[in-house]
Amino acid sequence: MDKVMRLASEKGVVLFSKSSCCLCYAVKILFQELGVTPTIHEIDQDPEGREMERALMRLGCNAPVPAVFIGGELVGSTNEVMSLHLGGGLIPLLKPYQALC
Amino acid sequence: MNSPSTQFVPSRRMGIYEPIHQIGMWGENFKSNGNPSASVIFEVDNKLENESETASHEMLAPSNKHDQEATKPIDKIQRRLAQNREAARKSRLRKKAYVQQLENSRLKLIKLEQELEQTRQQGLYMGGGLEGGHLGFSEAVNPGIAAFEMEYGHWIEEQNRQICELRNALNAHISDIELRILVDGGMSHYFELFRMKSTAAKADVFYVMSGMWKTSAERFFSWIGGFRPSELLKVLVPQLDPLTDQQILEVCNLKQSCQQAEDALSQGMEKLQETVSATVAAGQLGEGSYIPQVATAMEKLEALVSFVNQADHLRQETLQQMSRILTTRQAARGLLALGEYFQRLRALSTLWATRPREPA
Repeated sequence: MDKVMRLASEKGVVLFSKSSCCLCYAVKILFQELGVTPTIHEIDQDPEGREMERALMRLGCNAPVPAVFIGGELVGSTNEVMSLHLGGGLIPLLKPYQALC
Repeated sequence: MNSPSTQFVPSRRMGIYEPIHQIGMWGENFKSNGNPSASVIFEVDNKLENESETASHEMLAPSNKHDQEATKPIDKIQRRLAQNREAARKSRLRKKAYVQQLENSRLKLIKLEQELEQTRQQGLYMGGGLEGGHLGFSEAVNPGIAAFEMEYGHWIEEQNRQICELRNALNAHISDIELRILVDGGMSHYFELFRMKSTAAKADVFYVMSGMWKTSAERFFSWIGGFRPSELLKVLVPQLDPLTDQQILEVCNLKQSCQQAEDALSQGMEKLQETVSATVAAGQLGEGSYIPQVATAMEKLEALVSFVNQADHLRQETLQQMSRILTTRQAARGLLALGEYFQRLRALSTLWATRPREPA
């Protein structure tokens, strides 16, 4: 879907979320802890939300949200983000986008 | 009201169940709490009045024969009233004794039910291999949970066997290749547990969250249906000396990222609690227990399954990272330490459950 791809390829950290999703909230908290402010798109508040949801599913995510893109590349859902972080691979990806203290 | 015999003989051997058939004696009024209404006292007294009147009349008839002609009406009435008062007084005392006995039996019953529940639950924790052990719960038997409990019992047995094997292998100084097989087996065993829990969570997420399938000491440390990954590292790391500088750095990073992920999930859980609470409390409280937003509340509870899965994923990831950082021998020592730690917690639970207690 064009909209999803367009939003996803924006620079920086992009998070597709739903305002009611508490797992998305957990991912937001994690980014906060790492000093990153992702661009958040709450698809449940978007008129094209349903389509966006379907598009995200088609990209291979287990659940449509949360879906994380870094620098235009799909990182994945909560599972992938957690695995990446524990493996030490998340912070290097986020380095360019971390808030300057 | 039933009309059974008024002969009430307090039995010394009166057990829990005897009072129940004697409840009929005092009628409906005593069923709930043994506090009879005033009307019952009146009824009972009336009944006794009538029956004692007959008895006393027969008893005293002979000695009063020669007086009967002269003072028959007044004496008779006064005597009857006095005897009635006496009978009523005795009846009240008997009733008081009976109610007291009912109360004691009730307390005894409550205590026994509690002990029974405790025993049932302990039976579930010890090995957890009880078939139909789940039947003890008031909820309907959940086959998914019953299956999980049985599988978990086997999982514990296999775990104990593996720990023994690891201990022997480390003492016997077997080759790294052979040790690797044991380590991989140990890791797979933990991953198997997470798979089992995932299936069980679909059957009953609250059951998995509650940790009821574990022993009490293990439950004490419960975090989203299992042990904290950061706790795991705290137990493991001191057992792994000596570590290389590179390893120390990697373990340090793992500790930090693990803690961050854990915190994020914890806050997500808090948010979930808040939203469920808000949904349940929505609308006017105090107008009945109907939930206006019940569909939303149910939807929110579904999210709990995701959280349990995420928490298990975090546990699995932590174990895998440790396995990557450590050498085979270190990993074997780590698995042994972890396994023994949980064994000790289970043993502690048993000791606690069977500790001598003061008689009630």
